Amino acid sequence: MAYPQLIMYEEEARQIAAILDKLVRDSNAKAVFLVDKDGQLISQAGETENFDSTSLASLTAGNIAATGGLAKLIGEKEFSIIFHEGEKDNIHISIVGQRVILVVIFDYRSSLGLVRLRVRKASDELAEIFEKLAEKAIKAKGSESPFAEITDEDIDKLFNI
Amino acid sequence: MSFINYSAREINCKIVYYGCGLCGKTTNLQYIYEKTNPESKGKMISLATETERTLFFDFLPLSLGEIKGFKTRFHLYTVPGQIFYDASRKLILKGVDGIVFVVDSQAERMDANIESFENMKENLREHGYDIEQIPYVIQYNKRDLPSAVPVEEIRKLLNPQGVPDFEAIAPKGIGVFETLKAIIKLVLIELKKGAK
Repeated sequence: MAYPQLIMYEEEARQIAAILDKLVRDSNAKAVFLVDKDGQLISQAGETENFDSTSLASLTAGNIAATGGLAKLIGEKEFSIIFHEGEKDNIHISIVGQRVILVVIFDYRSSLGLVRLRVRKASDELAEIFEKLAEKAIKAKGSESPFAEITDEDIDKLFNI
Repeated sequence: MSFINYSAREINCKIVYYGCGLCGKTTNLQYIYEKTNPESKGKMISLATETERTLFFDFLPLSLGEIKGFKTRFHLYTVPGQIFYDASRKLILKGVDGIVFVVDSQAERMDANIESFENMKENLREHGYDIEQIPYVIQYNKRDLPSAVPVEEIRKLLNPQGVPDFEAIAPKGIGVFETLKAIIKLVLIELKKGAK
């Protein structure tokens, strides 16, 4: 397949959560989300209950995909940062390690400069973790997986919607 | 690509509805949205023009219970069908786990169906996917319209591989869930294969 599968483990999930918590505090942000480029939410921190995180993840990925398309049109590899300024809240979106998207939502209590500064540090730490995860995913190939034993019955049970 | 989260005990998969303009991709999602329990679905997002033509995509998140102790989440997307939105269509296919190709059964739309199918293969190739390897099903929609071409004929044109296919009348819901179940099943079987 064209893209390696993203697999999240307990240990890395904890490390990522800690980095996001710290980013919320250090940047005075309202909330921080980490999203896969395919639109799946990986982790979140801060006042996330005020946001529809599933929709946010999908729209962010769409936004990054469209911006990436624009970048290619003008001969750029990608635009690694997107910033949307609202009346009260702002969104800072950046690409981490070419694979995941870091979204920071902040208001007047913070500033673009502070967010950019803190995002840069957090991004380096996150990129390292995702590199580790990618290596783990390659090693995990062929080893025990809970999905190797899926039965037809398991699948049929899902459809009581 | 599917995202397996051992920490949250979740699997996330992406399913894309593809097909020519006005074939009923959005209608499929709308019907699924209407008929799914509130606890199983998230908000449906439609990025559409003022005349309700899909501009970028529709998005519907579904949660379908557990498998081997993992919650299953399926993200359903549609692509914009109109020819000139090809750049957007290509973007949405990225990371896809399974495809529903929706066919407009009307005789006058056969060329558009074939063009869309070829376009899908081309866009998949550009992402490094091969149509032979990706799970997909075909839905023959608009079976109730007077100029609907017999299924056997469409099959010859668009489904010589014999992938699972379904007749549908999407606004009435006929064939909609059958199609969805079939693609989810294929995606999970693929996940199982990948796990071995």
